[in-house]
Amino acid sequence: MSAVYWILGIPFAGMLYQAWRGDVPQAGRLNTRLCGLAFLASLVLAVEVLRQGVVELADLQFRVDAFSVYLIVLTAFVGFTTAMFSAPYMANERDHGRLNAARMRLYHAMYQGFMLTMYLVLTTNNLGLLWVAMEGATLATVLLVSLYRSPESIEAAWKYFILCGVGIAQALFGTVLLYFAAGQVEGIGEHGLQWSVLYAHAAELNPTVMSIAFVFLLVGYGTKIGLVPLHNWLPDAHSEGPTPMSAILSGLLLNDALYAVVRSKMLVDGSLQNMLAGELMMGFGLLSFLVAALFLHRQRDVKRLFSYSSIEHMGIMTFAFGLGGPLATFAALMHMTVHSLTKSAIFVTVGHAAQIARTQRIEHIRGLMRTQPMVGWGLVLGVVAIAGMPPFGVFTSEFLVLTATMQDFPWLTPFLLLGIAIAFAGLFRHLHPMAYGPQPAGQAPVQANLWPVMAHLGIVLWLGLSIPGVLADWFSQATRLIAGSAPL
Amino acid sequence: MPVPAYSIYEQAILFIAALVVFTSFLMLGQKRLFGMIHLFAAQGALLAATTALAAYTLPYPHLYISALIIVALKVILIPVMLHRLIIRMDMHRDAEPLYLYGYVMMGAAALVMFSYHVVAPIEHLSTLATRNAMAVSLAVVLLGMLLMITRRQVVTHVIGFMAIENGLFFAAVASTQGMPMVVELGIAFDVLVAAVIFGVFFFHIRSSIDSLDVDRLNRLNEVEP
Repeated sequence: MSAVYWILGIPFAGMLYQAWRGDVPQAGRLNTRLCGLAFLASLVLAVEVLRQGVVELADLQFRVDAFSVYLIVLTAFVGFTTAMFSAPYMANERDHGRLNAARMRLYHAMYQGFMLTMYLVLTTNNLGLLWVAMEGATLATVLLVSLYRSPESIEAAWKYFILCGVGIAQALFGTVLLYFAAGQVEGIGEHGLQWSVLYAHAAELNPTVMSIAFVFLLVGYGTKIGLVPLHNWLPDAHSEGPTPMSAILSGLLLNDALYAVVRSKMLVDGSLQNMLAGELMMGFGLLSFLVAALFLHRQRDVKRLFSYSSIEHMGIMTFAFGLGGPLATFAALMHMTVHSLTKSAIFVTVGHAAQIARTQRIEHIRGLMRTQPMVGWGLVLGVVAIAGMPPFGVFTSEFLVLTATMQDFPWLTPFLLLGIAIAFAGLFRHLHPMAYGPQPAGQAPVQANLWPVMAHLGIVLWLGLSIPGVLADWFSQATRLIAGSAPL
Repeated sequence: MPVPAYSIYEQAILFIAALVVFTSFLMLGQKRLFGMIHLFAAQGALLAATTALAAYTLPYPHLYISALIIVALKVILIPVMLHRLIIRMDMHRDAEPLYLYGYVMMGAAALVMFSYHVVAPIEHLSTLATRNAMAVSLAVVLLGMLLMITRRQVVTHVIGFMAIENGLFFAAVASTQGMPMVVELGIAFDVLVAAVIFGVFFFHIRSSIDSLDVDRLNRLNEVEP
């Protein structure tokens, strides 16, 4: 049996079981184990893909190639380490009376449900099912955002529900248009929503319909990526939900939405034979990048701060995928990896920092280095990494994006450099007092599990110093799929 | 230009398309929540009729199942649920003020024209009936968004949201003869779960701000004190 079934079956079974018994004290550990099993299954799947090239199953309903399998492994890994962090964190929240038994069940079941939708997005070959899974992810995370039932979290969840629901409805219209275009081509018939079939016939799809469809798909999934000006839900949802959820939202959901856009772009490029899709993505990406970098400066809430940083980095990736050459695509894939790892590590430390200070307000989080040096260092190193300082991997991928921009669109380089500088300043002006400022009275260390943070930052550091051969091959294969030729 | 000859099926589809967009206009002008729900149910019934018609005329028997799902979900289940929620929350006598009614209606008319403009480039591809259906469904989607933008009541937002999905279904049925069954089932499941979550949220919103007016959901914003 293919590992695809395991990767979908484990979280599905986990969701049902946790909905029933998710409130027992061992539920957090079980959550970690389920995610660990899914991670193992993802590794098995990676080996399968490495051997066969492409795994296709169930009358082409499922299809995994180099591009999706790399994201599956990343998703499973971040899901696993975040579950590791979430077990003691949520136990702590429960001990402080912020959550009761029913909410713990809801939390654990929805965590698994969210992972299920993410795996479905990445394994399915059917663009309609991809949409269904994306909407499913919205529903699961809406329940997670409103977990604390405070007026703010209800408001954030409602905003998220409505904005993303309406946004993603546009993507469904785009999908219907794709199906319509496929219906015009002889010999597609029933398989009109299957990505691989559409891709094989891309040149015959009607360009006018495809360009209209792409606009809808980009706006729809772009809402989910958090592209400016469709980003309004993102900082609210990230700041009001429980912290493990912020980590998986930033680390996984945004990536998978971008994955959907890139898959659509591949179809549209094949049909249009021009740069329209890429140029739209570059425009949206650059705008998101610059606006988010500016907004970093005026944040008061620490989780909002880092959610704007997520928008900024999703902007860079969208821009790089829009550029489209092999080098830019390679850089974008690598940036996806290092951003997911770094951002989830940051949210883990931010969660502990907020528990230490008992607030998310930046001006009240002070002196982390003295209270709990491990958390302080985690935050400092995480921010150093995300701001793009060498020797971390984010520097490497941003450098590659800049190089690709200088080759193809030299006049855009100053904007990118300016944005990076503004973002750098925005992050460090907030970081310094949080880490080194005077320690407020009565602040005590909390029980923290910082292994995920160290593991993530370690990998990011490693990727910055040297990319291991296996991973480089993997990225090259994915690049060849997306951009048509390998980098270098 | 000669008037093209339509088959009975195409004429029926065009007629229903006109009625669907008409219900969207009525929703924009409806003050009362109950009236809103009835209009939503009517739109669902039109959608089911289109689907059944397509199933009868074209060789796609699976569309009968889609039609049944639509009837169960959008004509019966969700309207009944909303109806009961409104009675339980004691809002059945509430009427919502309509702001800038004339402008909203003119905007709606402009959106319909805009939809035809967007769909115009694909005219050489397909029959007139398909093109009309595509333009009408895009118009229903945009009118649903307009409804959500101009109203303040949470229940109205939900109905606007569901009307958007109606528009999408109409596009899928009338211009492409329905999506594959797996996808339709998946979408129906999502709509169902969404409806349940909406119901739960009514109570949460009500208990947190003591009203269902979205203007009072304003704690989170960029410029904090």
